[in-house]
Amino acid sequence: MKRVNGQGSPLSESLLRLLSPTGNVGDGVFRLLMFAAGLLVVVIVLGMIIGLATHSELSLRQFGFGFLRSSTWDPVNGQFGALAFIYGTVASSLIALLISVPLSLGIAIFLVEQAPPIIARPITFLVELLAAIPSVVYGVWGIFVLAPFLRERVEPSLARSFGSLPFFQGPITGIGLLTGGIILAIMITPIISAVARDVLAAVPNTQREAALALGATKWETTRVVLINGAPGIAGAIILGLGRALGETMAVTMVIGNRAEISFSLFQPSYTLASVIANEFTEATGDIYLSALIELGLILFLVTFVVNAIARLLVWRVTRTTVGAGMAA
Amino acid sequence: MKLSRSDRIRRATSTVMTSLTALCTVAAIGVLAIILFYIARSGVRSLNLHFLIETPKPVGEGGGIGNAIVGSALLLALSCIIGIPVGISTGVYLSEVGRGWFASVVRFLVDTLTGIPSIVTGVFIYAVIVLRMKHFSAYAGGIALALIMIPIVARTTEEMIKLVPHSLREGALALGAPQWRVTLGVVLPAAAAGIATGVMLAIARVSGETAPLLFTAFGSRFFPDGLDRPIASLTVQIYNYAISPYDEWHAQAWAATLVLMTLILGINVTVRFFTRKKF
Repeated sequence: MKRVNGQGSPLSESLLRLLSPTGNVGDGVFRLLMFAAGLLVVVIVLGMIIGLATHSELSLRQFGFGFLRSSTWDPVNGQFGALAFIYGTVASSLIALLISVPLSLGIAIFLVEQAPPIIARPITFLVELLAAIPSVVYGVWGIFVLAPFLRERVEPSLARSFGSLPFFQGPITGIGLLTGGIILAIMITPIISAVARDVLAAVPNTQREAALALGATKWETTRVVLINGAPGIAGAIILGLGRALGETMAVTMVIGNRAEISFSLFQPSYTLASVIANEFTEATGDIYLSALIELGLILFLVTFVVNAIARLLVWRVTRTTVGAGMAA
Repeated sequence: MKLSRSDRIRRATSTVMTSLTALCTVAAIGVLAIILFYIARSGVRSLNLHFLIETPKPVGEGGGIGNAIVGSALLLALSCIIGIPVGISTGVYLSEVGRGWFASVVRFLVDTLTGIPSIVTGVFIYAVIVLRMKHFSAYAGGIALALIMIPIVARTTEEMIKLVPHSLREGALALGAPQWRVTLGVVLPAAAAGIATGVMLAIARVSGETAPLLFTAFGSRFFPDGLDRPIASLTVQIYNYAISPYDEWHAQAWAATLVLMTLILGINVTVRFFTRKKF
């Protein structure tokens, strides 16, 4: 094999070898280009953190940690706090999880444990189509179909039956936390069920056979499988949570966009993502814009951490289960 | 054989729970059917040729989404020009070139990038591009969409390249080909169909994005007259019409939604049809 630069110093020699183990110039160029693409991804992520942080400096300086504790959002007087948006984001995401988790697990169990492949494949495709529908389309459907339906059919009867609870009080408009949560639930169901399906499918068949051999019923066998895949399922749920926290258009269109903290699910609320979507282009004044960008920074950091945890959980589980499967 | 009471309860529980899982599945598909039904029914009403080729007009005068369709196509083209090469290169780096901790870091960041809310991407592009150029532009919108596209394309490329058998690489290397020729001439063509699938799905995903365009491409009521200017897009148009107080615009939002969904479902079903035999 020919050496490109045999007479170079030891350092440039080792650098060249790292670039092109074969000593071929084309390889060096090719590997450098591909490495640059990989490096670009790192640069993008770092750039996001740095870019968002520097542009929210004004607000970071002025409000400090009080930004997270204050629920005042008063652009006129230049007072900004994120608490109301954090509450709206967390509350709508929790409602979404409450609805979506049982539903998604049911779908995943049905597809992996019960449905024969000939039915499972088209159903998988259909459920995944739910993930292909854009957020803004969910929003259109939410405004014109779901919200009126909830206002006329669901919310009055909820108020009648559970009106004594603080969650179901106040005027019924069809626009608010409940509607936002339901829309989010529909949107994250295909994500949670897809990951949960992969996790369940990775549980080794020996587990099922062992349970069945001991006389377990179908459901008892499924429970064994669920326990085996528990960390991965937790990962799937956290992944869904990450998606729900950052979902923008659909939520903005149905949640009512009012920066208030109320326990009632009928009341309008506001999320981090929707306040950015709504007010960004109207933000007058540097501090207002800076506060909005800080909301973006918070959203970025939170979803980054949530996604990282979810990935690690799913990674570790699929890796260890594959190992167990091979050992078995 | 007579079953004991506890056994009958166990069997009944099993039947109930397994039927419940089937019910969950039916519910999800039911929701999909309802959503698609409403889009089709409400969308068809104001859909006609004029709607597809005209620019928006004031309430009561009709108007259409011609500029938004052209704008969306331009934005998609821009994002593809940037996103596909970078995405595929990153995928090649992850599967063929990268080793050690740095490759793991890149893979991890690619995975987490797919979960970053698209509105944050919009804010980021606003901060680094729009603020610097001092005005909204199609470039900013296209780059924002490209950032969303890169991790999706990178991940599918990596997965698809992994499926290419090692014997192919070894065969080419044994013939004396350098690594770059092996990758470009043997591995990538072998994975091309799968990568194309991933790219199509990424395009479908990006074509429905609204949040990152709100304050990058912004929107416009006219046909595009340069990539340096604000540009209309189908999704932002749908959003603006849907939250307006006018019934006529609501009807137009539904019609534009139908156009968008036809494109997205078309891509998804086509991809599904072509990959049916492979996986």
